[in-house]
Amino acid sequence: MRRRDLIRLGGIGLVSGTSLLIGCSNASVAPTPTFSVTETTTANASPPTSAQTPVPQTSAAPSTAVLTIYSGRSRSLIGPLLDRVGQEVGLDVRVRYGDTAELATAILEEGDRSPADLSFGQDAGALGALAKEGRLIPLPVELLERVPAAFRSRQGLWIGISGRVRTVVYNTDRVRAEEIPASIVDFAGNGRWRGRLGWAPTNGSFQAFVTALRRLRGEDVARSWLESLKALETRVFPNNATIVQATINGEVEAGFVNHYYLMRERAQAGRPLPAENFFYTNGDPGGLVNVAGVGILVTSRAQDAALRFLDYLLTTAAQRYFAEQTFEYPLVKGVSAHPDLPPLETLNPPALDLSDLDDLRGTLSLLQEVGLL
Amino acid sequence: MQTHDLLALVIVLLAVIPVLYLVWRAAGGGERTLATLLHPRTGQLLLRSVGLAAAVAGTSAVVALPLACLTERVAVPGRRWIGVLVALPLAVPSYLTAYAVVAAFGPRGALASLLDRSVGSFRLPEVYGFFGAWLTLTLVTYPYSYLAVRAALRGFDPAFEEVARTLGTGRWMRFWRVTVPLLGPAVLSGMLLAALYTLSDFGAIAILRYSTLTYSVYNQYRLSFDRSAAAGLALLLVSLAVMLVLAAREWQRRVAFYRTVGVRRPQAALRLRWWGWLLVLASSVFPALALGLPVGMALYWFARARAIGEVLPSVGEPLVNTLWVSLLAGAVTVAAAFPVSRSVVRGRRRLATVLDVPLWIAYGLPGIVLALALVSISVRFAPWLYQTIPLLIFGYTLRFLSEAVGTLRGTLVQQNPRLEEAARTLGMRPWQVWVKVQLPLTLPGLVNAYAAVFLTTVKELPVTLLLSPIDFRTLSTTVWNATADAFWSHAALPALLLVCVGVAPMGLLGWWQERAEGRRGIQ
Repeated sequence: MRRRDLIRLGGIGLVSGTSLLIGCSNASVAPTPTFSVTETTTANASPPTSAQTPVPQTSAAPSTAVLTIYSGRSRSLIGPLLDRVGQEVGLDVRVRYGDTAELATAILEEGDRSPADLSFGQDAGALGALAKEGRLIPLPVELLERVPAAFRSRQGLWIGISGRVRTVVYNTDRVRAEEIPASIVDFAGNGRWRGRLGWAPTNGSFQAFVTALRRLRGEDVARSWLESLKALETRVFPNNATIVQATINGEVEAGFVNHYYLMRERAQAGRPLPAENFFYTNGDPGGLVNVAGVGILVTSRAQDAALRFLDYLLTTAAQRYFAEQTFEYPLVKGVSAHPDLPPLETLNPPALDLSDLDDLRGTLSLLQEVGLL
Repeated sequence: MQTHDLLALVIVLLAVIPVLYLVWRAAGGGERTLATLLHPRTGQLLLRSVGLAAAVAGTSAVVALPLACLTERVAVPGRRWIGVLVALPLAVPSYLTAYAVVAAFGPRGALASLLDRSVGSFRLPEVYGFFGAWLTLTLVTYPYSYLAVRAALRGFDPAFEEVARTLGTGRWMRFWRVTVPLLGPAVLSGMLLAALYTLSDFGAIAILRYSTLTYSVYNQYRLSFDRSAAAGLALLLVSLAVMLVLAAREWQRRVAFYRTVGVRRPQAALRLRWWGWLLVLASSVFPALALGLPVGMALYWFARARAIGEVLPSVGEPLVNTLWVSLLAGAVTVAAAFPVSRSVVRGRRRLATVLDVPLWIAYGLPGIVLALALVSISVRFAPWLYQTIPLLIFGYTLRFLSEAVGTLRGTLVQQNPRLEEAARTLGMRPWQVWVKVQLPLTLPGLVNAYAAVFLTTVKELPVTLLLSPIDFRTLSTTVWNATADAFWSHAALPALLLVCVGVAPMGLLGWWQERAEGRRGIQ
């Protein structure tokens, strides 16, 4: 049973008797994992990491520390990993799942009272926005250096955990690869695609792509691209997964997604699917390589626990999970991507520093002005 | 003023706190709020919301009338069971029905592939957008109209029509001057519920991609750094709902008429002609779809997951959570509703009016708006409440308070206050009067209100989604999250359980009432 909960419960005078009832039921439902810290070192798959981690061991019984994570990545995708990490590191991990931008705005709204310790964002943009608002602590250099400089914050305020590439998923029965415009910008105003495209304006990765487009080509191009695709009756989906399914079904012919959703569908289907990913390898904004990453909150009272957690995410074992289970690009050296994917080095993404994607605020207002949110 | 009146006042004041907060927050935005409200898109969203609500309310009434006549006035075998069955879709959450509608009528749905195989390529009407939203919301809301009309038919006094006949009026005249005014209030209250449901729904709307004001409020609130504009939009939505409620109430007050002397006679059984049966048949499509589609789809998901040997996550925890939270929400809501309804019925007239206004506002407050306001309020002013179970229960209580008060009020009005006075003169203490006289008389109302709150809590989505503590999963949030990520097989079992948990008390209550009513019967 968590003390914080009890204190909260105790303070409530809404309905007499309520607190008592809840206190009981919580106690019976919540098992507290009791792994010790020593397990961490032995369980770690990559030997050098944990020994080097500058994690000051505080006196506040670390084995039962509660770590609250706000995850913009879905439970189905990384729930198993988070559960496992919690056990391996000996933490009682609690996760609030939601859209990346939603959780970022929630953290800002919560301000100094935010219960979050660690933000696991779906894209660099939302993490950048949190960093910009002064919500993240600088991370230890030792942790940062395990990931190439391109995939972490310039100021060391967040770090990429796994890489994901923006692609155009298309239905191979309806679309030939040659038909896909050489630049994603050229989808705009192209009648060939009227009513045949899918996008997810509420999705964090899509929003980060819009931020990239604003950065690379300017505000006007981004705005007219959005307006034009809206005028082309591009269909709105709640997320990438549904776009990919609709593409496979032929409900739409192509959609703007991250690369790994199709891989997951293939793994589940067990039969050839009529869909392919189109990778922009010509430096076009459409081929943005983004990261899912982690930042630790200044308001967190469990920063040590958060660092231990982060440390584990950068071990070979955890990185393999991303390669094998979520089909993302592992970012730590020595762990290779899924064999079905083009290697990270061949992708040739647009020249853009991921730290410059931090204007989520501007992108959200743009999406609202265009009428997509 | 007596203590219980004061208690009632405090409770209804709590109920309008979210609205007051929104006003304050929207005002804080100043020009930005105004700019958002005056943006052309806002008008467009408003029109969509109103149009959809009107269409759904209209169809649900049209569907409900023949069905209510059938189960109440026509001597068909097993009509009581049909009556229970027709009302059951009340237990199915709208987002589940929405998925089922897409699965059945979507571009690659069951119907499309069936047609593909038999007729060849054939283009179905687009399910996404207005059509799908209208169909889905009609399927989930017609039971409200049905229950209201059925109750009115049950109390229908044949004398009025007979008198009209003796006065030589024609059939149409009688219909317009007698039947419509008699059934009108019930039809209207059913339509009002359907319209309010439509205005506040966001699950089905999101799935069917028909953006309305509600959905926009949800997204703007979630995805903007400046929430004052979103608060302004939310207020617009609230005022729309409240206006609807007040207009309906005004009309109902005007048309009410009833027998002043004598006793109502039982009604004669109605004989349907061929077109009557046709009408009934056409209407039955709705209950069949409303129950068959979601249950069928969940069973299909389940069977497919079993067939490929997929290991499904355990649903024990969400089930237990759903059960105890809903049971608790029912108890707290009814407990809060009782003093309020008592004061409304028994208190001074002025007090009743004062209590009434916040209740109507709370009635029109969409769940999503309520939840968002409570999130902000608790974060700012009561961080110790943020993401806790008590706040969740509080949210449910505010959400369903008006409905519970409505039900209890109906029961209390029928009680003669003289009974209590008599008990007091016979030397009973106030608590004894309450236990020995009032409680037994009020029990049916309490049970009904409790069952209704329980049922709606089980399937409630927005309040649960936004106010639940971290890692607290219920059946409805499990289904919602699994389907949002397209993990259909993971949604199967919780969806089935959700319907079962909701249907069980509905069926039981329906059967209980039908049995009580059945003794009277039709002749």
